[in-house]
Parts: sequence; C-alpha cells; structure tokens
Amino acid sequence: MLGGNESVERREGISKLLGRELYIDDEPMGGCLWGATVRSPSPRGLIREVRFGPEVNWEEFVVVDHRDIPGENHVWLIESDQPVLAADSVRHVHEPVVLLAHRSREMVHKAVRSVEVIVDPSPPILDFRIPPGADGIQHGTDNVFSHIVINKGDVEAALAEAPVVVEGTYETGAQEHVYLENQGMVAWIDGDVVVVKGSLQCPFYVHAALTHGLGREEDKVRVIQAPTGGGFGGKEEYPSMLALHAALLALEAGAPVKMIYDRSEDMAVTTKRHPAWIRHRTGVDPDGRLLAQEVEVVFDGGAYVTLSPVVLSRGLIHAGGPYSCDNVRIDGRAVLTNSVPFGAFRGFGAPQTIFAVERQMDKIADELGIDPVELRRMNLIREGQSTATGQIIRDGADRLEVLDRALELSAYREKQKEHARFNAANEDRRRGIGLSTYFHGAGFTGGGEVHLSSVAKVEARPDGRIVVLTSNIEMGQGTLTIFTQIVSGLLGLEPDDVLIADADTFRVPNSGPTVASRTVMVVGRLIERACADLVAKLGDSDLRGPDLKQAIVDWHRKHPRGVLDGVARYEPPPGISWDEDSYRGDAYGAFAWAACVAEVEVDLRTLATRVLDVVAVQEVGKVLNELLASGQIQGGVVQAIGWALMEECVWSDGVMVNNQLTNYMIPTSDDVPPVRVEFLEAPYAHGAGGAKGIGELPLDGPAPALAAAIGVATGTHPRAIPVTPERLMELYDGA
Amino acid sequence: MEHDAREDTVRVEFTLNGKVVVVYAQPSDRLLDTLRYGLELPGTKEGCGEGECGACTVLLDGMPANSCLVPTYQVRGRTVETVESLSSEDVAPLMRTGATQCGACTPGVVMTATWIRRHPEVLEAHSVRALMAGNLCRCTGYDGIVEGVEALVVRESDG
Amino acid sequence: MRVLFPNTLDEAYGMLAAEPLTPVAGGTDLLAHWPGNHDARKRAYMDLSGVSGLRFIHWGDEALTLGGLTTYSDVIRDSRVAEEFPLLADAGTQVGSIQIQTRGTWAGNIANGSPAADGVPVLMGYDAVVVLGSEEGDQEIPLSDFYLGYKEMRLQAHQLIRAIRLPRHEYGFQRFVKVGGRNSQAITKIGVALTCAGGRWRVVVNSMAPTVRRCPALEALLDAARPVSGPEDLLTAIREDLAPIDDIRSTATYREKALARVLYFDLKGVCTSFA
Repeated sequence: MLGGNESVERREGISKLLGRELYIDDEPMGGCLWGATVRSPSPRGLIREVRFGPEVNWEEFVVVDHRDIPGENHVWLIESDQPVLAADSVRHVHEPVVLLAHRSREMVHKAVRSVEVIVDPSPPILDFRIPPGADGIQHGTDNVFSHIVINKGDVEAALAEAPVVVEGTYETGAQEHVYLENQGMVAWIDGDVVVVKGSLQCPFYVHAALTHGLGREEDKVRVIQAPTGGGFGGKEEYPSMLALHAALLALEAGAPVKMIYDRSEDMAVTTKRHPAWIRHRTGVDPDGRLLAQEVEVVFDGGAYVTLSPVVLSRGLIHAGGPYSCDNVRIDGRAVLTNSVPFGAFRGFGAPQTIFAVERQMDKIADELGIDPVELRRMNLIREGQSTATGQIIRDGADRLEVLDRALELSAYREKQKEHARFNAANEDRRRGIGLSTYFHGAGFTGGGEVHLSSVAKVEARPDGRIVVLTSNIEMGQGTLTIFTQIVSGLLGLEPDDVLIADADTFRVPNSGPTVASRTVMVVGRLIERACADLVAKLGDSDLRGPDLKQAIVDWHRKHPRGVLDGVARYEPPPGISWDEDSYRGDAYGAFAWAACVAEVEVDLRTLATRVLDVVAVQEVGKVLNELLASGQIQGGVVQAIGWALMEECVWSDGVMVNNQLTNYMIPTSDDVPPVRVEFLEAPYAHGAGGAKGIGELPLDGPAPALAAAIGVATGTHPRAIPVTPERLMELYDGA
Repeated sequence: MEHDAREDTVRVEFTLNGKVVVVYAQPSDRLLDTLRYGLELPGTKEGCGEGECGACTVLLDGMPANSCLVPTYQVRGRTVETVESLSSEDVAPLMRTGATQCGACTPGVVMTATWIRRHPEVLEAHSVRALMAGNLCRCTGYDGIVEGVEALVVRESDG
Repeated sequence: MRVLFPNTLDEAYGMLAAEPLTPVAGGTDLLAHWPGNHDARKRAYMDLSGVSGLRFIHWGDEALTLGGLTTYSDVIRDSRVAEEFPLLADAGTQVGSIQIQTRGTWAGNIANGSPAADGVPVLMGYDAVVVLGSEEGDQEIPLSDFYLGYKEMRLQAHQLIRAIRLPRHEYGFQRFVKVGGRNSQAITKIGVALTCAGGRWRVVVNSMAPTVRRCPALEALLDAARPVSGPEDLLTAIREDLAPIDDIRSTATYREKALARVLYFDLKGVCTSFA
C-alpha cells in the first residue's frame, strides 16, 4: 500500500520512451483529408479580392472562407474581436483568410500557393512602444486592449520625499514556445456531433470556441485531447482557432479533416510571449529600504485582444517583486500592434515584470553602493507584510531561508572571490555571478477560480478501481502521474488501481484549463475532496486500501448499473477577498517563493555567454513527486536561459522571419550546465497534499540572475533580453 | 490531378528493426514519412523537418541519422532501427531519471542514447551533453536525459 | 521528380554528361524543409550512395585524399587525421549534431556552396584541391579558387566532386574557431580557420562574404609580421578581405569586431608581432 508521500512512476513514461504514445499526427485516419490555410500577406488593410489561380483544378478541393462559418465569426475568448477567418480586413500577416482541404497533403500545401489574397494596405502599427497616430487606431480610441492600475499608499508623495530615486527602463523580447510537437487537430462529424481531437491544453476553451463559431448546442460539439507534446501556454488559446478551421473544413467536406502545422508555419503564425517595455522609478532610503515603487508597463498585444488583458494582469501583480513596500503604483497597458497576436506562455506576464524589478534592484544596489544580496534580504516580504495589491502574506514560508539556501548551495561568496582571481588571470574571459529573488502566484488571478467554478469527479468502477475525471491534461508536466499519486496516496490504493479518464468533453466535467500552475494545487485539491465525497457515500469515511476496494465491489453488487462517484466543486479558501475594480486584495490563494543564482563566463572575444552553474531554490508548499517537480524546475530554468541569452524573434512586418529551428535557437544539452534544484516546504492548507503551483515559477528568475551575472562579469548593466553577443558587444564597447 | 509520368517508384529493400522489408517509394519520399505513414511506425517523430531537432533520429547502419533528411531510396540494402525495436527493459534507466516529459522528442533521444550505450567509447572524447546536442528537448532541461544516458552506459558496462 | 542510380563512377559520369542532374550525397542540405520545397521536386537527381569507391580516406606520401562520399564522422573517427589534420575533426564535430556528422559529406559541403559552410574553411586552410571527375577525365582546382560568387563555383554540370586532396605540410600553427548563436550545432555567424606552414599563413573565413574565402590582406599582415597592438589594428585588413552583412543571425559590425578579437586574442601568444 502506498502512503501519501510515495512517488508514483510516470504513468505514460514507458509508452513515451518506446514511441508508442499516439500524438494526433500519429493516429491512423483512414479517408481523411488534409487541411491547409491561406493567409494574409499584409499586416493591415482591406481585402480587395481573393484570387484562385487557374493552374489548379479547384473542383478537387474543399474550400472554406468566412461566409461558410455557421456561427459567429470570432474565436471565443475574452473579447470577440479575432475572426476565425478574415472577412473584409486583415490586421496581421498570416491572418487566416481561406481554408483548403484535399486528400493529398502535398497537393493541398501546393495549392495554398495558388490562392492570392489581395489587400489594399493601410499603414501598420509595428512598434508597441510608440503611441499610434490617428490613422493607426484599430481598437477603441487608443489601441489599448487593457489598462490596469494597482495603487498602494501614496507613491507621488513617497517619491517626492525619498532621499534617493532610482530610474530604470527594461525590455524583454518575444519568445516562441517550441513545444516539440507542432500544433495539430483532426475534426470529423459523428452523427449530429462535431468532434475535434488534437493537441491542446484547454478542452473546454476549444469547446466554447466551437459552440460559438459553429453556432451549435453544447452537446453537439465534442472535444478530445490527444497526447500533447508540450504546451507551455502555446496550446492554451491557439488550438481554438485550429479546431475551428478543422471543423469548418470537416463540415464542408463531410469527411474527417486533419490539420497539422509544420514547424515553419507553427512558428510564424502561432502566439509568442508578449514583448514588454517596463519603466521603474524607485524611492529608497540610503540603506536601500524600498519607500516607493512606481512601475509603468507596456505589453505588445499583437493584432487582437486574445489573452492580453489577463497576461497583463498577472504581470502587473508580480511587477513589484517579492518585496515589501508601502507605496506602490503599477500602471500597465497591453496595446495593439499589427503583429501576430501574442499570448499565453509559461509565466504569463510575470517573467517580464520580474526581469524588470530584479534588474532594478541590482541598479538600486549599484547606485547606493550596497550589496544586491543584502538589498534583497532587507526588502523581502516578512510574515504579515503585504504585496503590491495589499495581499497580506502569512503562509509560514521562510523567504530569507530561500535566499540563504541559494547563496549557500551556489557558494555565492566563495565564487565572487574565485571570479576576481580568474578575471585578473585571464585576458579574454570574464566570470560573474548574479542573483534574483522572485515569486509566483498559482491559480487564476483574483476571482478567476471562483468564476471558473471548476468541478472534478472520481468514479468507482465495479472492479474497485477509481477513475479520475477532469479536463486537465497531460502535456509532459505529469498530470496523469500526480493525479494517480494523489488518489492512490489518499485512498491507499496501488497506482494501477487508479485510472485517469481521457480529457473528452463528453466524459469529463469542466475542471478548468490546464494553465496557471493550477493543476495540482487547485484541481488536485478538488480530486482529494471528490475522493472524500466518494468514500463518504460508502458509509465509512475511514475506508482505505483493500477494505475500500472491497466496499466498492460490494456496493456495485448491490447496485447493478449504479454509479458510485464523488464530486467536488471549487470553493475559495476562507478569508480570501479580491476587489477587481480597485485591484486590491488577495490576488492568489498562494505564492511560491524562489531564489536563483547564476554563474556565467563571458568570452571577451565574441561576447558570448556560457552558463557555468545555475541554482534554483524554491519554497513550494509541498513536493509531491520529487522527480516530476525537479523536472519542472530544470526544464523551466533552461527555457528561461534560452529567453535570456539566445532566443530572439526577428521581426519584419509584424511577423517572425527566423521561423525555423536553425535560426531561432533554443538551448541544446551542450549549452546548459546541470540545473541544481532544492525545495523548501511550508505546506499550503488548500493545495493538494499541501502543494502550491510550481509549473511557471522557474521561468521568472533565471533571466534577471543571468543578466546580473553578465553585468558583474563585464562591468555592464544589461537591461534588455535576450543578452545576445551582439547586444552585449554594444554594451561592453560602450561601457 | 497532375501526374508526372516519369515519376517511377523505387524498390527499396532494407532491414528494418531486424526484418527485411520492401517498400516502393516515390523518389521524393523521406525515410521519416516512409516509416510513419508507409510502414505505420509512428514512433519516429517530426519536430522540424530540417535536421535540427533530432526527434526523427533513427539508427542507419547503426549510426544516428535524422530520418527527415534521408531520402528513402538511400536506405536500399541498409539497416534501419527505430524506437519500435526497443523494449521496456532497454529504456528502464531513462524512465527512472525523468528523461521523458511530453514525449515528443523522446524517441529521438532514446535512439541517440541507444547508440551511445552501444558505443561507450565515444564518451572518451565527447561528453554526453555534446553527444546529445542534436536532440532538442524543451521540457526536461536535459538533466533527466543526461543522467539517463549515463545510467544506460553504466548498466551496459556492468553487464 | 526523378532519381538516377549509378553504381559506378563511370556510370555516374555518363548520366551527368547526358542531362542536368543534381548529385545527392548525404542529403542533409537538399532535404531540409523538403515537403514545402515544391520547386526542388521538379529537378532530376542522381543518388551517389550506391556508387562504389567514393567513400575513403587515403594517405599518400604527399597528400591525404578524402573521397567524394567521405562523411564528417569518417574523418572524426580516424585518429591519424585527428593527429595530422586536427582542424578537420574540429570542424567536423562543430558542423552539426552527431546525426548530421554521420550523413554530411565534405564534398557535399563544398558543392552546396553555402558561405556558412563549416567544412570549407579548414579544407581551404589546408590548401585543399578539389578533384572534379567526368567523362573527360579529372580536373583539379585549388579550393581557394573554386568559388566565383554566392553559390557559384567552378563545377560544370557534367562534373562531380570525386575527391578532395590535402597536401601534407608541417603546420606550426592551426586553429579553427566557430562562433554561432549557441554552443552546439548553430549556423556559423563567424568562422575562421588559421594555419601556418613554413612561415606562410592561411586565414580562411566563412559567413562574412558571399563565399567562404581566404583573406589575402590578413595573410599578408601575418606573413610580414606587421605589428598588431589590439583587435582594432586588424579591422582595415578585415574590411579589405571581407564584406559581412546584417542578417537574421548577426550584424556586420559584430562580425567584424568579433573576428578581429578572435584573431587578436588567438594569435597573441603565437605571433611575436602581436603585442
């Protein structure tokens, strides 16, 4: 029998290691057509004509445009502004205009080149940092998708009185997800039901998009998640678009249609992390105590609203950093550009704002001539102090211990001395070490979880096994395993006694999207409660292990064809309060806390940075499965290293032009050192097994720590990422 | 639609996972597609189609190759091994170190790892990190993969 | 699309003489982004993989000869090559991943004609001669004279790169430096092969001009032991020899400056003229 703390092996691990996991492009689909997309060549303008070339026999093709959309021509999300297929105008290059399907994959992709979308161009808005002129307005009166202000205390007064005011401006670039499995979706018609199956994070987002776009009843649309080869947020909102496209073609064709993007198309047309411009003005006393933080944030939203308002919201809530400051004003906007829309990406706005506040902390330390470690130590939130939104932190976590463990594990002080010796002895290489402290709130922001009102369910089968039903999916992060572990641990069952139902909207309740580091903390907790509900129905809440199994078998004997289940609906933890209008209160049920130390060597010949060591220490409530948790941190840290040092989207006309893996480079195994991970634990009463969310946390800290280390090594102050060799050379030569 | 009459198929006989197979390939076929769609062995994945990510790695005459860059006609008379040739036992050490998360890069990782396991002498001149650099992974941060390959090699040398 | 399958060199020469064919060696350049490359399917090809006697490493008294199908891996695994021509192993391991090293060929790297080719600078640094075979017999062209412009070369339609010959010199100094966007398998932003035999320098640079090319001004500066007191003293010669551009991988300014620094720091302990 397993105790609650015993780790379960990754359930689908062997299947993945042996290549037996069937991703959407791996499924045999007899008689299916292949779909492809004709896209706008222009960043902005009116569609004058769509011309079908005479060299193709169009009779052989299924062709769909906006007139074929049975429902509303927009992708259901926060606002209704993004068309499924452009009708009269386009707002970005690669905006979908026409869909084609054909039996031959090769033929359909070839045919795409024979459709010409002719656009009467208007001047595009391509730089989000510059306010648009009158002829550039395309959304509201000012192209601002969302404007949020967080106010605490009196910033103006505090800045006016502060002995020292430090100003800094910071910029972060777009980042491509590079999930290894490209986006893909299959749609078919089953009686009067439209079914889509594909690579996705949020089955019920896709479901809602299909009911709206196809104008169908909820029970006439079915969404099934296929094994998903990585998401990182990239399969949060975009799959809704792709599912609509596949479904429209399938409806038109009356046959299954498969749409699988290749890497170039995927990189060019899907979402990226929002580029950000962030300005800080910080009032401090001469010792470094924070007196006032004024932060201005601008995110590039791209051509449509999509998720920008909520990405901005999370970014702003984290913009002050994990520090106590009585006077804070954070003013942020997400604005339109005629770029491919930016979207959800692991961290969801927080990595950008934390990069800025952490670099600002280093700048403050530099200007005051004090140690950046001590500056952070002095200002880290203590029990009973509050965040920028006034959320009082009283979680039993020791944020100073997190910092100290990171210093200790990385031998921070010893390394500083070592580096001084190394740098004196080497003419063409420089070493440095840098630090960041950060936090990440898990679950939906503010009232988001209440609004979602997630439901999780467990069912007991006649053979005594338990089936877990949620809409939360496996995409590599370990959902199947951790849900198994939660149930087997709680009920004293073997892992094999626990089954996880496919995320199929015809089968599972809506437990919300697989985003926001919420799967274990929020949904895992619902599963725990659903298990308790189920066991209580057997009349003895203490039943566990073989006794429980036997009781289930007996129950089913007494109730042939009966359903024995347990259900739980989300309830906010007691004492949580959030005011959406004033942006005050408890933004998240819990924050995880972390510190990252990075050590680098810069080659002064090429200004290329090599990462020598990374240490990430985090307080996460409770580690349920060490291997999975470490894997999340290590993978997130390496993704952050990529964002900080090498991953650069090169833009032209609002579209990524280095849309190949040869030209958009992510770290290889040879570019990163082992990532050293340590966890501290202060159990969170309202997360499964005491756990807080950790999936996004590792994206937040490494970039500023690396930039700091590079700054120390080279005597520069990198304020923009990625710190490519080209950018660093400019800084270094100018220094 | 248009059909190029000169486009003859090529008879390709080769040894696939220990068995002799014959396929009639189009000259334009990539080994990756022949495996996935022709021979219904979808374990080999396409990640980039340009030889950069290594998700499509197979062993060609025992050496790792990106099957997206191999014309099918070039495997005539040669030996191809895919992830489907392996057993649970072969990959057990990779399981224990967390070498797989989303699984999309995994078959390629496993094939390169298999080559290293069979040729541990390559580790005399190159690190595991350098040898695995042709297999991009976006999930693990590589620690689970590197430790898994090391565990495979150790197990092999222990007999 | 059509592919011909010669079994011998003579057959291959005959096919090439009869019609325009693109020879396929390892396929690593040809098949990148293949499904979307509709134009490439209109061409006719000749598969070299069945041609016997093209994959070899031959040591003569005067020269090392690599076959037209010899791969990077073949060379990397040859300990004698690693000893006498170490830059071949250096470049071979940096050209791409293991998966590329096992498939890519030196001759293919030359014939693909990319200015970023990693195999070409070291071959040129070793004074390699390209042996072009055809029905008319062999023609030998020094690799440093082989390229005429971007993707243009002195390779006629009826010819095939049959072999690459490297004269065996005593090298006093040899180094290959590749600068890419990351540590492993990146397309080169700046690459330079440096060799010195009998007091004569070769400086060969890739990714900084329409072709991989030798740098006569830099070579003259080194041959004449002109004093160099910092990287900036090399910029004039670099600008004379090369014409870097801004592209999606780097900038012209970065390329010039980084090359100057690489040359300066790497030659400082080697050339007494460098202070």
